[in-house]
Amino acid sequence: MHYEDRVVTAFTYCSVFWALLGMAAGVYVAAELVWPTIDWGWPALSFGRLRTAHTTLVLFGFGVSALIGTAFYSVQRTSHVRLFAPGLAWAVFYAWQATIVLGAISILSGWNAGKEYAELEWPFDLAIAAAWVSFAVVFFGTIARRKVESIYISNWFYGALIIVVAMLHIVNSLALPATLGKSYSLFAGAQDAVVQWWYGHNAVGFLLTGGFLGMLYYFLPKQAEQPIWSYRLSIVAFWAFVYTYIWAGPHHLHYHAVPEWLQSLGMVMSLILLAPSWATMVNGIMTVSGAAKKLKTDPALKFIVLALAFYGLATFEGPMLAIKSVNVFSHFTEWTIGHVHSGALGWNALITFGTFYFMVPRMAGAPLYSARLANIHFWLALAGTMLYVLAMWGAGVSQGVLWLSLDELGEVRFSFNDVMAAMKPYYLLRFLAGLLFLAGAALMAWNLAKTFAGRRTVTVAPPAIAAAGARA
Amino acid sequence: MNWMSLHRRLERNAGLLIFGVLLVSAIGGMVQLLPIVSDDSHARPAPGLLPYSPLELEGRDVYIRESCSTCHTQQIRALLAEVRRYGPYSRAGEFAYDRPFLWGSKRTGPDLHRVGGRYSDAWHRLHLLDPRSVVPSSIMPAYPWFERNAADRRGSIQARMRTLAKLGHPYTEQEIEAAPTALEGKTELDAVIAYLQSLGRSMDGQPQP
Repeated sequence: MHYEDRVVTAFTYCSVFWALLGMAAGVYVAAELVWPTIDWGWPALSFGRLRTAHTTLVLFGFGVSALIGTAFYSVQRTSHVRLFAPGLAWAVFYAWQATIVLGAISILSGWNAGKEYAELEWPFDLAIAAAWVSFAVVFFGTIARRKVESIYISNWFYGALIIVVAMLHIVNSLALPATLGKSYSLFAGAQDAVVQWWYGHNAVGFLLTGGFLGMLYYFLPKQAEQPIWSYRLSIVAFWAFVYTYIWAGPHHLHYHAVPEWLQSLGMVMSLILLAPSWATMVNGIMTVSGAAKKLKTDPALKFIVLALAFYGLATFEGPMLAIKSVNVFSHFTEWTIGHVHSGALGWNALITFGTFYFMVPRMAGAPLYSARLANIHFWLALAGTMLYVLAMWGAGVSQGVLWLSLDELGEVRFSFNDVMAAMKPYYLLRFLAGLLFLAGAALMAWNLAKTFAGRRTVTVAPPAIAAAGARA
Repeated sequence: MNWMSLHRRLERNAGLLIFGVLLVSAIGGMVQLLPIVSDDSHARPAPGLLPYSPLELEGRDVYIRESCSTCHTQQIRALLAEVRRYGPYSRAGEFAYDRPFLWGSKRTGPDLHRVGGRYSDAWHRLHLLDPRSVVPSSIMPAYPWFERNAADRRGSIQARMRTLAKLGHPYTEQEIEAAPTALEGKTELDAVIAYLQSLGRSMDGQPQP
């Protein structure tokens, strides 16, 4: 008996591919904000469509492929069994990749459900639901057959990802189809907005936070060669996270045409959310504190720990932005984009990169092709993320203050156009930041491909379990 | 039994764990969503609000196709500066026929909720085909294909209106029958302009704060 790692390898390849393509799309739309005519009058390159393709590719192509791959990798090892129903796992793989390929094409050719981060039309929504249920069967089936008595922490988070995202996806995608490529939401106007941000915020919550925390709880202690600092803290942080996150959505609708009680409730719960978020961060930092020496030299660990720092930054910034009096200035501005990318680049992408640097040499049975390249990637990624976030802070705070600025007669002081024109240097910086980050990702792709090229066939068998932890 | 041993039962039983996560995560959504989606007052059309005409509906669907809401919000917040800049703040009833809602989350370009009637059709025509011909500093994409594409290229306007009628939009059978005729000879450019000109007009002539 050995672990089923080929499907993990396939997800890893695809995740890296979608990362490159999705980030390249991001860099291109960033360039379009500086040079607006570079869509060459071609609809598929037009900002609105390409930007939607960018978010779809990085979220569902890069992010979810990485999550499913690492979930399959770690659930076998934390359960000491081979993946349940490997055939179904392969079906998940093909269904998911086909959905991303065809979905991206459909968006570029004009299919769009119009809901942010859920733009894929109803045929894709059905495909996603089917693939997701199969993912759940493989994952929980593996857990059900585990040889270890307790279900390990990382699996709670991956499990929460599977369950809650299924719930969000089904409710938010409720729509009546008019044609194959066009449907209308079951909810209208303000009601639709509340449902959408319950989905939108918790897609961030359970996919970009919960799922990747699963990654953290497995790969951080493995790479640091340290046990999790506090098991109790993990328990408290997990349940507080699952309970609290779901309430925070309405902070996307401050001062909008939705009830005041909903906005205030969303704000208060967003502030409370800081506690479980930082509890997890503290747990991670304390775990790695015993491995300070390895942190200096090991590229995989460096990525994971830097990701943890950005996780702390983004989960602090989020609650601050949810405060109504701060949100007045930040809402609708580039600050939001900066916040999202400090999470998406700094946390999600970096921890995924670190995980790939950990996982690929193990699956290839060969050392990483070049630690030097990985270190260069590390600094490119850090520089790119920081430059991106700083540029968007500058832009966002300027927009927030200038838009709301009134003169002594109570009239707006700056025209919208003047403020927009002033954004150009920031947009240029952001474009350069994206290029740096993309260049780093390209180095990684090369490095991992060379590592795989030097592989020997490895099959990893589950180690023996000490009697105390074994399942009766 | 202390809480750690209680948790030991959860973490040793996958079924219990799944059920626990589902239960704990569902609470917030139920408290926030159910009162909103079950309360008709959030979906009741504002007094002067009409469902989109076939041409406006076609324009709206083109607007969605191009993801215009990526850069343009349709939500004037209840803040003095926003009301000064864009007009009366947005009311829930004004969006009763918006499936999906298009409030957006980012203002790279200006808010469009009350853009209806603010510019002439001729201005919009120039602006959509070549934004920089009327606003030199604009970074909006040009949409030359709007002029080339006939409105309702796929001939689905009746299917779309019937779907919306099923969802409660008050389209009569005669209106649906007449829709293809109403779109005859029109381009997507005409449709988008008709949609933009319809935005935020339902409160015209009413007392405003």
